[in-house]
Amino acid sequence: MRRLILIFVPYLWLLALFLVPFLIVLKISLSDTALAIPPYTPTLDLGAGWQGVKDFLSQLDLENFQFLTTDDLYWKAYLSSLQIAVIATLLTLLVGYPIAYGMANAPDHWRPTLMLLVILPFWTSFLIRVYSWMGILSGEGYLNQFLMWTGLISEPLTILNTPVAVYIGIVYTYLPFMILPIYAALERMDASLLEAAEDLGCSRLQAFWLITIPLSKNGIIAGCFLVFIPTIGEFVIPSLLGGSQTLMIGKVLWEEFFNNRDWPVASAVAVILLLILIIPIILFQRNEQKQREAEG
Amino acid sequence: MNQTIFEPWNDPNEKPLIQFKNVTKRFGDFTAIDDQTFDIFEREFFALLGPSGCGKTTMMRMLAGFETPTQGQIILAGQDIAPIPPNKRAVNMMFQSYALFPHLSVWDNIAFGLKRDGMTRDAIGDRVAEMLKLTRLEKFAQRKPHQISGGQRQRVALARSLAKAPKLLLLDEPLGALDAKLRQDTQFELMDIQETTGTTFVIVTHDQEEAMTVASRVAVMDHGKIIQADTPQTIYEAPVSRYVADFIGDVNMITGTAKARNPGSEPQGDPTPPSMQPPEKRDDAASGTPQRLDPQPNDAGRWLHDKVLKFVLGPRSDAPKRLPPPDPTRDAPLASAQATPQPVEAAPGGLEIHWHEGAPPLIASNGDPALDGQTVTLSLRPEKMSISKTRPDAPNVLHGKVVDIAYLGNISTYHVELPDGLKIKAQATNTRRVSQRDITWEDDVWISFRDTAGVVLVE
Ligand SMILES: Nc1ncnc2c1ncn2[C@@H]1O[C@H](COP(=O)(O)OP(=O)(O)O)[C@@H](O)[C@H]1O
Ligand SMILES: [Mg+2]
Repeated sequence: MRRLILIFVPYLWLLALFLVPFLIVLKISLSDTALAIPPYTPTLDLGAGWQGVKDFLSQLDLENFQFLTTDDLYWKAYLSSLQIAVIATLLTLLVGYPIAYGMANAPDHWRPTLMLLVILPFWTSFLIRVYSWMGILSGEGYLNQFLMWTGLISEPLTILNTPVAVYIGIVYTYLPFMILPIYAALERMDASLLEAAEDLGCSRLQAFWLITIPLSKNGIIAGCFLVFIPTIGEFVIPSLLGGSQTLMIGKVLWEEFFNNRDWPVASAVAVILLLILIIPIILFQRNEQKQREAEG
Repeated sequence: MNQTIFEPWNDPNEKPLIQFKNVTKRFGDFTAIDDQTFDIFEREFFALLGPSGCGKTTMMRMLAGFETPTQGQIILAGQDIAPIPPNKRAVNMMFQSYALFPHLSVWDNIAFGLKRDGMTRDAIGDRVAEMLKLTRLEKFAQRKPHQISGGQRQRVALARSLAKAPKLLLLDEPLGALDAKLRQDTQFELMDIQETTGTTFVIVTHDQEEAMTVASRVAVMDHGKIIQADTPQTIYEAPVSRYVADFIGDVNMITGTAKARNPGSEPQGDPTPPSMQPPEKRDDAASGTPQRLDPQPNDAGRWLHDKVLKFVLGPRSDAPKRLPPPDPTRDAPLASAQATPQPVEAAPGGLEIHWHEGAPPLIASNGDPALDGQTVTLSLRPEKMSISKTRPDAPNVLHGKVVDIAYLGNISTYHVELPDGLKIKAQATNTRRVSQRDITWEDDVWISFRDTAGVVLVE
């Protein structure tokens, strides 16, 4: 009995926090817009009993999904989101790996401090941090002021409201998700492996490629998924830093919901996004499981 | 036996493979290796033995190139190795933790070093196959390290470090993780491999039995210093300090004040006192070399042969080989076979050790009379002590009570408590002597030993 409860609790969790909201969104995506509150029909009328449910189900259709194929805005937004997510993930890896490597090789007594520094940004609001990047990247922002002061440039650079700003924002925001799993993998690595590699004739660089990278592979994969998955649906960063130039599906979703008040289409966009994300999420889970098996 | 003896350290013409010259290693203000100078020769199996933290691993890591000496030089094959990085040294190391690459198969682990040398595929394949055969791992070539047992992992580590045919192989506690039986087998395997490959081995261990089994020389270390580096036999028979005596095997130590004995008091019937021999040549039946235990004719027999039988039977064929030149250190113990304390007068000279108020002093005729007046320790191996229920006639006799008997199959160790509380261990073979068989707990017994049975230690 106890065991049954123990097994049941995580499923209950999943049911309450994932499946139920998903079904609600799915239901809305199959409805039609209406000038009402909530702004779609049909609404489920449980007072009418079984007949009510049947009426409700008969009015659902796939119209909104068909609509998504008629306007190329949507698939362009999906593709552009994927592209931005891939590039941003690689950039985060490039920045995060050296940081994780440095942390793992730092003297023992420094590591807690370094770890704290990585996590510290989470203590302030994400929104405030992205806003402050606007202050840094804008035409009269601190970055341009600094570069002009050093004499490297004479005209202010346009960074804000370009894809570059979006990448900067994403790398900055998701860096801890990349650093932490890689650091965990590197920290677990036995330092004598590198000495053994050197002893057998490797240079330091060869040892890094042949030993360190393969042994931190799982950390790299985990980090990449943890950045890639939320980045695809990212909305705040492209809206605040990307201006009108950057097309991302999260932004489209937002506009459908709050500017057009077209909940059914917005829900259809969200359902498709979720279906796209399921692939990397499953791959991520598989990676985690393989790693656990290799260790166990 | 003597023809094959391997002792390059005694040959002044032999060039050492490794020379430590006043090597000191400090970590901060902690001195891990303290001004050490010593040589290791080609084809040696050199064991570093000492308690945990005495600097054994540090010594190895300096040879492998992972640490540089704070002071002094390490010379390998005539070349100062300080500027040579680890990946360029003709030295390979088998790590204490094995350090096998977990993401590579057994085959790839062994091939790892060969690939760095830019060998051809075929040559690598051949060499790996050879190594797999040597370590009997053929069946496991495709497994990953986490899919094989501890003993197999240890063999992979050995194969990997031998694959590049290094001039010098460093083994850091290679057998630490194995159980007793496997450990013993592997020790012999290691010796075999060392002999077949002709590689110089430096092995680190904290297990004295292991060091004694495998090594050509054992260096006993303490606090960053080598206290004594010698053959296992010499270390055992002639330790230079209490520390070494205590570290290697079982030992009884009796401390007292030394007093020089009168060298003039010539006892009858012993023309060649063993006291004149340097301690390391001191020898007795405990070292079970068969040639010494062969039955030998006594004087009367020899006389009979030379004067009469020779003409009938011809000269004794084994005479020149078996009979060493007159050597008192050999003849003396033969006269009184082990554990048969015949009435032996103590040789003159040496020391008396006054170890207990009221007890007769112990006689060590092999002690250095110059130690007169100093506090010394007489170190005695249990197998050199005889035990009996009646008082024997021997130069040194102690009286006590049996408090414990450890039965070890063919031998037993008797723990005897002397009246002042000192406990002495005496070892005896179980079948040899009937008189001893009935010795049991609480019995009053006599422990006796010869005047040359012990080693007088100052430190
Ligand atoms: N990198 C290091 N930094 C500081 N102290 C060290 C270092 N390596 C070893 N030591 C110290 O040197 C001493 C000898 O260590 P080691 O050679 O590993 O001993 P052993 O192998 O004989 O157990 C130990 O007290 C150890 O704490
Ligand atoms: Mg060690």
